[in-house]
Amino acid sequence: MNTDEVKRVGEVIEASTTEFVAQCYELYQSPPLGSLVKTKDLPLELYGVVYNATTTSLEPGRRPIARGKDEATEDEIYRSSPQLLKLLRSEFVALVVGHKDNGKLHHYLPPKPARIHSFVYQCPPDEVREFSQSFDFLNILLNAPIPVPTEEIIAACIRQMSQAYEDRHAFLVAAGKELAILLSGNLNQLKAILGGIRG
Amino acid sequence: MTQQEENQRLGIVVSGSLNKGVEVRLDSSASVEDMAVGRFVTIEGQKRRFFGMITDISLGVIDQNLTITPPNTSDPFIAEVLAGTSTYGTIHVLPTLTIGGDVATMIEGPQSVKTVPSHFSVVNLASQRDVELVFGSEDEKKFYIGTPLDMETKVCLDLAEFVKRSNGIFGKSGTGKTFLTRLLLIGMLQKGTAVNLVFDMHSEYGWESRSEEGRKVKALKQLFPSKVAVFTLDEESSRRRKVSTDFVVRIGYDEIEPEDIALLRQTLNLTEASVQAVYQLAREFGDRRWIEATLAMEDGDETKQLLTRLSIHESTYRNLRRGLETIRRLPFLLPHSPDNPVRRILEYLDKGINVVLEFGRYTDITAYILVANLLSRRIHAQYQEIMERAIGEDIAPPHPLVITIEEAHKFLNQEVASQTIFGIIAREMRKYNVTLLVIDQRPSGIDSEVMSQIGTKITCLLDNERDIDSVLTGVPNKSELKSVLSKLESRQQALIFGHAVPMPVVVRTREYGSAESYRDFISTKESKQAEKDIDELWK
Repeated sequence: MNTDEVKRVGEVIEASTTEFVAQCYELYQSPPLGSLVKTKDLPLELYGVVYNATTTSLEPGRRPIARGKDEATEDEIYRSSPQLLKLLRSEFVALVVGHKDNGKLHHYLPPKPARIHSFVYQCPPDEVREFSQSFDFLNILLNAPIPVPTEEIIAACIRQMSQAYEDRHAFLVAAGKELAILLSGNLNQLKAILGGIRG
Repeated sequence: MTQQEENQRLGIVVSGSLNKGVEVRLDSSASVEDMAVGRFVTIEGQKRRFFGMITDISLGVIDQNLTITPPNTSDPFIAEVLAGTSTYGTIHVLPTLTIGGDVATMIEGPQSVKTVPSHFSVVNLASQRDVELVFGSEDEKKFYIGTPLDMETKVCLDLAEFVKRSNGIFGKSGTGKTFLTRLLLIGMLQKGTAVNLVFDMHSEYGWESRSEEGRKVKALKQLFPSKVAVFTLDEESSRRRKVSTDFVVRIGYDEIEPEDIALLRQTLNLTEASVQAVYQLAREFGDRRWIEATLAMEDGDETKQLLTRLSIHESTYRNLRRGLETIRRLPFLLPHSPDNPVRRILEYLDKGINVVLEFGRYTDITAYILVANLLSRRIHAQYQEIMERAIGEDIAPPHPLVITIEEAHKFLNQEVASQTIFGIIAREMRKYNVTLLVIDQRPSGIDSEVMSQIGTKITCLLDNERDIDSVLTGVPNKSELKSVLSKLESRQQALIFGHAVPMPVVVRTREYGSAESYRDFISTKESKQAEKDIDELWK
């Protein structure tokens, strides 16, 4: 696989059956909300949708302090205190939405969670298209007990995926129709998501 | 139509019953607005293919809240997503036949349904081939009457079956009953399945007349000169219209029997007592002389004595007298007719020549009822005699005879249906090889007993509830057909159901009136004269 296309975005530092947390190699370089990422534990390949990203201090008890009083711009702060880049870290959390077992794609949870220190890659458009041939993963997203509003994550995820398609509109409509069926009993949630993926 | 369009998928069966038909949920790709009641569909069951007709179309929502707080459909994206998922269309299909699949249908063709397709069977628009399979193609017995909605396939009537029973053509005024009747008459002529006697009230079947658009339309005699004879009651009118008539009908008073007057009770405004008086007078003076004698009675003691003797009240006599005066004013009635029209008509019919009786200016209903009844009664009696002789002596029965009457509710309404000859013909059907083709715009006026005996009904648009009900009496799945019937277009569309078609069908009637259509009607072996006429039209 071409390394130009497969962008490495982090490394797993915490994992469970339903999600994994990865730390970014560079501060603030977490993949966009809703994007499809994957991590490998051959022969398994786990797919996740980024649903949350955080930037915090390296040490849990130590909060950053305001430093810009005498600086002209925000960038100046980082230039005058280069250690900051090492004292802070960016992490993101991905919800596991499917996996590939021996090259075969499944839209359900993998038999075991990701390994710590596995590399996390952002999926290239080809793979996004392959994965989104089926919308079964939407059900996992809809029912995930995550602290972020589900509607937002689903909308973001569909928006992200649609970028891999030439005919974005057709993809959005197809996804919308799937959601309309899944959310037949919850019209307001459906409206919120559709509002988020429109155009 | 391309192959792909032929197998256009509409949706899947989701519920239903044999009695009420099945519900089909439309795919999101099939628009509700493209559906039309009366269209044919096929349902691919697991073991059989079903053939049916769309009888209703409706809208559904997955969640009632959608109807209360409708989404913002001005946004095309939202509208597109919701179409076919949260909001969807359903069509109601009445499966009527099975085509292909089991042994019986392979050997004997389409069979009527005895079950319903299983859940989620795929529903397609019927292809040309399917429709052909069901309605057959034109042959010696089958006559092409029109095409189904949105299709080019021919719907054919089995005319041999058709003439075995009495048939009806119904529809509001101006919906094309006359054109349909012409078509059917031509069909019967062309296929030679029966001879026709047409009581042509408005003189439009024998010789050319004008269509509503003012175009000249040719009629039977011009298309089949050797097979049609035009009789007329009104020589002058026929001459003015340059009709070549074969016989001028004159009827003598002596041929009018008391029963003929009884039928005219309503139109002549006679009381029940007057009708009784007619019978008494007929007994007194004799069946053949009574009208003349009654009309000759003068006010005086003699008359009074006679009336007292017959215990006829003075007012009854006046009432009857007024009625008879009306009849006397009909110019085609003479004290004695020089020729016998019944014999003449029978001569022609016997030779296999169809007779159209034009009424010319006498479009008055009294004249029509009187003449139609009088002639039909005698012709029927003769037919009965010939038929009985044919059975007894084992010789060929006479040609099947079809009598065409207009304004049928005047002959076949509840009060007189039991008395008129038409009521009898309609009921006893084909025993004597005489059947009716009734044309009417108020079918609700026709006796329900007669209506139920009508084999094939062809109805154009009807919008009166009672008329629709009466046309559909005795038809299974009445309510489904009702919605189809009331949605017909007001021109050139008709619903055909009954004996001569395997299932109810809505047709756009075959074109009539262009030179090309005439050419289609006349096969090559027809007379040279007609071909010459056609050629002239082309010049």
